[in-house]
Amino acid sequence: MAGKIKSISNPRLSLNLFSPQDIQRIHTATLDVIENVGVRFPSKRALDIWEAHGATVDRDKMVVKAPGQLIEEALKNAPPDYSLAARNPEQDLPLDGNHVFVGTDGCGVEVLDIQTGERRRSCLNDVAEIARVADALEEVAFHWVAVSAQDYPEKTRSLHELLAIWKNSTKHVQTESITKENEARLAVEMAEAIAGGREALRQRPLLSIMQCTAPPLGQDGGSVDAALVGAEAGLPVGFMTMASCLTTGPATLAGNLVVGNAEVISATALIQLAFPGAPVFYAAAQTASDLRSGAYTGGGPEDFLLGAAGNLLSDFYNIPLSMGSFATGAKEPDWQAGIENSLSTFMASIVMSDMLLGVGLLHGSRIWSYEQMLMDCEIFNIVAKTLQGILVDDETLALDAIKAVGPGGNFLTQKHTRKHMRELFLPQLMDRRPYNAWEEKKNGAREWALTKARQILAEHQPEPLDPALSSELHHIITSVPK
Amino acid sequence: MSKELFEAMAQSVIQGDEEAAADLARQSLAQGIDPLVAINQGFVVGINQVGAQFSSGDMFLPELVAAGEAMKTAVAVLEPEMARQGTHRQILGKVVIGTVEGDIHDIGKTLVATMLSAGGFQVYDLGVDVPIQKFVEKAREVGADIVGLSALITTTMGRQKDVIEALDDMGLRPQVKVMVGGAPVTRQWAAEIGAEGYSEDAVGAVNVAKQLMGA
Repeated sequence: MAGKIKSISNPRLSLNLFSPQDIQRIHTATLDVIENVGVRFPSKRALDIWEAHGATVDRDKMVVKAPGQLIEEALKNAPPDYSLAARNPEQDLPLDGNHVFVGTDGCGVEVLDIQTGERRRSCLNDVAEIARVADALEEVAFHWVAVSAQDYPEKTRSLHELLAIWKNSTKHVQTESITKENEARLAVEMAEAIAGGREALRQRPLLSIMQCTAPPLGQDGGSVDAALVGAEAGLPVGFMTMASCLTTGPATLAGNLVVGNAEVISATALIQLAFPGAPVFYAAAQTASDLRSGAYTGGGPEDFLLGAAGNLLSDFYNIPLSMGSFATGAKEPDWQAGIENSLSTFMASIVMSDMLLGVGLLHGSRIWSYEQMLMDCEIFNIVAKTLQGILVDDETLALDAIKAVGPGGNFLTQKHTRKHMRELFLPQLMDRRPYNAWEEKKNGAREWALTKARQILAEHQPEPLDPALSSELHHIITSVPK
Repeated sequence: MSKELFEAMAQSVIQGDEEAAADLARQSLAQGIDPLVAINQGFVVGINQVGAQFSSGDMFLPELVAAGEAMKTAVAVLEPEMARQGTHRQILGKVVIGTVEGDIHDIGKTLVATMLSAGGFQVYDLGVDVPIQKFVEKAREVGADIVGLSALITTTMGRQKDVIEALDDMGLRPQVKVMVGGAPVTRQWAAEIGAEGYSEDAVGAVNVAKQLMGA
């Protein structure tokens, strides 16, 4: 039986971060940058497209300066909502502005081994096992490639990673590890094989493609080419900026948003110029760099604010958003991880980011932890519950129950209580035991999370790929010359 | 007279003011001050102070980098005169640095280059997306002590290993030490591919480079 998928819908809380004028100023500043400073697109195909549409192209520097109007007109062609398809149609994800879905984080390079706890380099088997655990968790709606299959050659690694996920889960896959045109072509071919042909894939995109920009104000050529291949096949594509205050962006948050926004909307406009109406999404994981080391922090107040700001921008452009939340900078599943992942997820959720990336990685998306994965899922549950807010009506005011109990007494046996008690949050990993019960074992969330992950891994059987299809996909990968 | 000039030189570095540093360097040349004296009694004093304040948490990375840039600018002004006199600044070693082929990430590598340069190394920055052979050729050409290899993507990390192998093939090892860095790079990876140096950040990289030089 296919697992159901949990999402946040109809939140009763809201956030007042920007006025409409604020958003307009960020947009205007962004267009100023794109038009007068330019964005680097080191891709011949991209430069040709820009030139054909009247942008100023410096072929030597590979920098494009595009008039604001060209960008605005192009973005108007982007569909405001669409669905990410899953192998199991019941697990399709509507990106309609009223759902927040969570994916696994990516792309880590090490894993805290689920049996030994030892930190080691990630391999293909980890990709498969993480996908299997994610398949079983209702909080995880879709996959990124959580860790890199470093035991496979670079040329075909991203394709092996995709296949490993498809073999272990029926949920939608969004790849963030395809950065070359030829890999993208083969990934599309694989997705077509699963979907049942080219048109079927266009109707039901089982795969979406996320590319990173190269801040400040640049793109990676291979990534842009790969995105164009995906968009041509009708796969949703998104560009993620990680522009960070201090290093790849200005120290000020508004300025950092301008830099990131220029990268994202210029690349998004390119896709629309090439394939008007292609499904696209905005993606961001902006933060502040550490004042001492310059490192990407993956947490902190700036991270939380930028996490909410992203959706206000994507709403302005009327396209879905993939937002970097979770992804703590902590080295272990600890106090810092709890704070960072809770607040970043709360802030990105309250503005209704369509996709949150994602659960499970530590140390700035480098080290996979199954404990963190399960604890992140619990954080999502807490945030989802909180965003339901407080409903005030005759039933919830509970006057009859209050009158029946009167002064003294208690509400335990009231019918009203039993009717509504299951609306209260029941944690899976919070420790609410009596002190003495804790003292006897001195265990807690980390142990429970690990036990649950181990149990899922031991017991969960995902719906397998048809063996003939599976070997066809293998064949596509092995067609790559070594 | 010179004392004031030296103090102003140190200040220009502390303030991260490239223009002032260049001006002061030119003034010292006009006054006939030995460039090496200007560097060691002026600019280096500033850089040392910035380093100390950075270590104690009173200054931050942007100030450190700006100081490094100011220092570099001043030295560049003084260099022609040093060449004419046949002197040169005492350097800790020669470093060839770049981001490996297939990888266009610039900032980490550039930070390390600036810090190494400010820390007394002669740095040859080859930029980004640098082919394997270019590292080898440059290392041989300049007689590099250290080659620094940056990679930010899991699929380009492998090039670090390829460069090390190419240096091996050309018989440049072990006199050329290799330092690696970048977000996905770990100490274990460095050890596995035979890189002698690894650091997670730019400030640490200078210490590693100094250790590799036995300084």
